[in-house]
Amino acid sequence: MQFNTRLLTHKFEYLAPETLTEALDLLNQYQAHHIKVLAGGTDLLVKMKTIDMEVDYLLYIKGIKELNFVDTAAGLSIGAIIPYSRLLKEDKIKTKYTALYEGIQAIAAPAIRNMGTIAGNIGNASPAADTVPPLIAFGAEVQIENKQGKRTILLENLFTGPGKTVLKPDELITRITVPEVKPQTGSAFIKKSRVKADLAKINLAVSLTRNGQNCEDCKIVFGSVAATAVRAPRTEKLLEGHSMTEELFIQAAKSVANEIKPIDDIRSTAEYRILMSQEMLYDALKLAWGRTYSQNESDPKNGGE
Amino acid sequence: MNKIPIKFTVNGKQREAQVEPNELLINLLREELYLTGTKYGCGVGECGACTVFVNDEPVLSCLTLAASVDGQQITTIEGLAKGSELHPMQVSFLKNAAVQCGFCTPGMILTAIALLKENPEPTEEEIRDYMRGNICRCTGYTQIVRAIKECAESIKS
Repeated sequence: MQFNTRLLTHKFEYLAPETLTEALDLLNQYQAHHIKVLAGGTDLLVKMKTIDMEVDYLLYIKGIKELNFVDTAAGLSIGAIIPYSRLLKEDKIKTKYTALYEGIQAIAAPAIRNMGTIAGNIGNASPAADTVPPLIAFGAEVQIENKQGKRTILLENLFTGPGKTVLKPDELITRITVPEVKPQTGSAFIKKSRVKADLAKINLAVSLTRNGQNCEDCKIVFGSVAATAVRAPRTEKLLEGHSMTEELFIQAAKSVANEIKPIDDIRSTAEYRILMSQEMLYDALKLAWGRTYSQNESDPKNGGE
Repeated sequence: MNKIPIKFTVNGKQREAQVEPNELLINLLREELYLTGTKYGCGVGECGACTVFVNDEPVLSCLTLAASVDGQQITTIEGLAKGSELHPMQVSFLKNAAVQCGFCTPGMILTAIALLKENPEPTEEEIRDYMRGNICRCTGYTQIVRAIKECAESIKS
């Protein structure tokens, strides 16, 4: 490696606010400079070590107690400094937000999951992020704050490109909220990577709500096949309102291959991604559909691979 | 650049240090506290050799700012033994010859201890899954998995 990853060579000022107000003041004060928000550091510090990047100020937010909460009373409300591993301990996520649970399990390794945060996974805006497709499938919203106030934006409208979001330099993601899942909803997450600890060549989250034999609501979200995570609305429409038969699963798989437009890059090829998208969608639909019948079963770890 | 005063505990001992903003935890441990059991492997979060516990949870010290451990409890591989009595996981690694060059071993042992805390009776598949962020280029993992399994069984009995 041409960079020395043993050290951080940047000269920056370290800011460690204890309150949200303080943090937002600092972001406001230094927004014209190169200020970066640091939580788990599993993306940012790697980038600082391996990419030529300017950092004048690092705003370390893990000491802000107001951002340290998980509320599962109605839907999910997750504070910005909550690490991935904390969410694996929530029974509600395992049983009701199964695709999110599986997405988190698919991330790197335990040490990384103890460090990295959901908000960081979102803010980093990698098209390969493993929590983003499930969160979009569940209709997640992101609360963003600056000194002037707060706004809420649907997660699927947050990203503008790889590493890019609509966040302004003085804004901070403070919480992620996910609506309550409807009864008879099942979901699944599938990821293909070289080895398990790697980033996704392609990943997929599916969420389905069942009404009798029909699929009432359907969300299909792919990662790593475009500049941002993308839904497959044409294929979703194909399923919605219809009885879920084997033929329809196969039809949906074919449809999605025409709908996504992946590229060749360092991790995979467009050809592989298109071929895999069909197999993955078929598997994910079957898995999620099966789970609409067994929402209360506690162990969703079977299947998916 | 102003140095940042921090207070933290390492292996049960209260410590104080003045650290640069860009100082990494791994370098504080190795260069200033001479706790060289923690190893520098890849520096980018792929190999797990630099694993330490912060508040009893494994994290990567090569991707942790020293300043950020202010007020936290750190445990390194040096903190596992009680006097001359090794931790059961260390004993099991020795007994099963789960060590060749030894470079990955500190990280392996710490991650394995965290695994058994979460899941006291893991299957082989669960062991391999949990250990996937710790890379070993000598053993082929077979002995490591065996050592963890045997340790779990010895604790149970």
